[in-house]
Amino acid sequence: MLEINNLHASVVDIENSEILKGINLKVNKGEVHAIMGPNGSGKSTLANVLMGRPDYEVTAGSVVFYGESILGLRADERAHRGMFLAFQYPAEIPGVRPWQFLKAALDSKAESRGEDKMSVRAFSKLFDEKVEAVGINPTLVKRSLNEGFSGGEKKRNEMLQLEVLQPSLAILDETDSGLDVDALRIVAEGVNSMRSPERSFIVVTHYQRLLNYITPDVVHILVKGKIVRTGGPDLALEVEKDGYKEYLAAAGANA
Amino acid sequence: MTLATLPAAVEKFSTAYESLLTRSSNTTGWLNVLRQQAWSTFSELGIPTKRRGNELWKYTNLQPLAAADFVYGVSGSVTRDQIKVAGPWDDAWNTIVVVDGKFNAELSNLNGTAGLNAGSLAEAIAGGTGDVELQLASLAGREEYAFTALNTAFIDDGAYVAVIDGTELKEPIHVVFVTSNATENRASYPRLLVDAGAGTSLVLIETYLNLAETAQFVAPVVEMFAGERSTIKHYRVQMENEKSFHLGTTRISQLGDSDFTSTSFAVGASIARNDIHTLLNAPGASCTLHGLYMTNGTQQQDQEISTTHAKPNCSSNQYYKGILSGKSHAVFSGKVVVERNAQKSDATQKDLNLMLSRGAEIDAKPSLEIYADDVTASHGATAGHVDRDTLFYLQSRGVSEDAAKAILVRGFAEEMLNEFKPTALNEFVERITDERIPILLAESDTIGTT
Repeated sequence: MLEINNLHASVVDIENSEILKGINLKVNKGEVHAIMGPNGSGKSTLANVLMGRPDYEVTAGSVVFYGESILGLRADERAHRGMFLAFQYPAEIPGVRPWQFLKAALDSKAESRGEDKMSVRAFSKLFDEKVEAVGINPTLVKRSLNEGFSGGEKKRNEMLQLEVLQPSLAILDETDSGLDVDALRIVAEGVNSMRSPERSFIVVTHYQRLLNYITPDVVHILVKGKIVRTGGPDLALEVEKDGYKEYLAAAGANA
Repeated sequence: MTLATLPAAVEKFSTAYESLLTRSSNTTGWLNVLRQQAWSTFSELGIPTKRRGNELWKYTNLQPLAAADFVYGVSGSVTRDQIKVAGPWDDAWNTIVVVDGKFNAELSNLNGTAGLNAGSLAEAIAGGTGDVELQLASLAGREEYAFTALNTAFIDDGAYVAVIDGTELKEPIHVVFVTSNATENRASYPRLLVDAGAGTSLVLIETYLNLAETAQFVAPVVEMFAGERSTIKHYRVQMENEKSFHLGTTRISQLGDSDFTSTSFAVGASIARNDIHTLLNAPGASCTLHGLYMTNGTQQQDQEISTTHAKPNCSSNQYYKGILSGKSHAVFSGKVVVERNAQKSDATQKDLNLMLSRGAEIDAKPSLEIYADDVTASHGATAGHVDRDTLFYLQSRGVSEDAAKAILVRGFAEEMLNEFKPTALNEFVERITDERIPILLAESDTIGTT
């Protein structure tokens, strides 16, 4: 489904700002990959580069999604092909209601595929079902997008979007940061309920605790812009116990 | 007083003034005195210029207005359908139509509502209706201000609205000032007097439409008297054509425990000013002044918003939002004066601007002048743009770039659009906004920058 080869990326317009220094990663259909690493390792950058954030510039390598190179595509075009990014800090957007914005998202997708737009009635039904499924307060989704939402509410709203948009690849960018255990459970339930043989996840996290609730198929350790180790779910537990010191020291020696 | 020569900018209006005096059927004695005094004031002041060091016009250059010529007294024809297409309309509303400054009974739609006396200002003056002689020009027209003086010098007709004590009107009153189509550049001086009695409740919509394609000079003056315990919801919709000049003045005097809310929608004209002042003239009065302005091209759009707390225990709230694109220019000049004995006053001021282009300019000057010591007041102004993170967030969900920009601009306006409560009016301002956004975006160069 997703193949990343020798991916290098820098911050746009800043010299010597390379953050990703040769990432190789293959995600098959239905797999959940966890990407773990210390602060500044490039985890978040990887998540954002995959989604096409314009703040980063890919300087080498390739990203192929369902057989198509996506590096030349805008974020909305990547979304139309089935990618989704759950944000660490979702933007607060005054005056824009989640309903309205998700309808616009689905409309854009339908338009790009030459399909008919969903009727307002059909969309409302879908939206209401998902609101109930995610357990988000219905009065909240009538308000401005994320404006005045608590940390937990914002994440629940991200899960609502995930449910409505039904992507084939969902990337979670440190979705667990700043969450209490209850909110963590919400995110985990959202992900677990959506796991299917047709859908893959990349879960980017600093801590192992989210992985208590979401059992990954593959765990990668990312340090200084490179994946330094790949293993099974047990690798996450090992990191929890020993931290990233060993990897940092090794990466430092290689630098 | 004899002037050897009138300033050129005044001279141009004097022929029109002479012709008004000979032509007007309105020969009421006190009105003639009022006009003469106002003409004399205007003759001395002329059209304001920056050169005079006038703080009120520091950011607004009226040279294009001063340089233009306008004819006066040429009235064209307008149909009901034209009005319905160009502005908000609801058959249930009590609609007064004023064409080129003159009340038009045929186009008006007065439903004979009990407790409401609405119609021609000329008739109210001639008939000495209510307190018209006392009220007219008591809030605007006798002071040293060029545009209220000019309007007052040319009072001939307009609209008169009186709501008798205790009346709670179910349907809005809609006053449509429409400029008919014409090849000439014309001047008109719409006038509206509103007398809301004690304990009344009403919605008043004031709409300026322009069916001409040539430059029109429209200088309206509105005076409103809010009786004790009255509740007035006022809306002002300014839709002049892009060549025109609109210099509007609204003056409100509020009695005890009255509540006045005004929401303005200003999108039209080449140079426009919405000058509104509320006088909180008895304890317990409150006012809320809101507005949305949108500018593009080389438009100039001013909000000159002021409130005077003359008595204790009054509250005021000024909150405006602007969306600016192209090389347009807007001014928010908000002023709150709290007089010495106006203790326990509560005043807030806010002006937020969304700058869609680098070439656009906003001059925001919120100011408080407080002479009492027990007052709660706050003020603030911002100018920001849509940042890249927000745009990326929407795009990452699959919303196309253009749609995302439109959603974000619309989102900024939404809060003010929601203030327009009557359904047909709300639909109208939403439609105009949705039509306007792509035009604003076409001249935008700041969206998605960091």
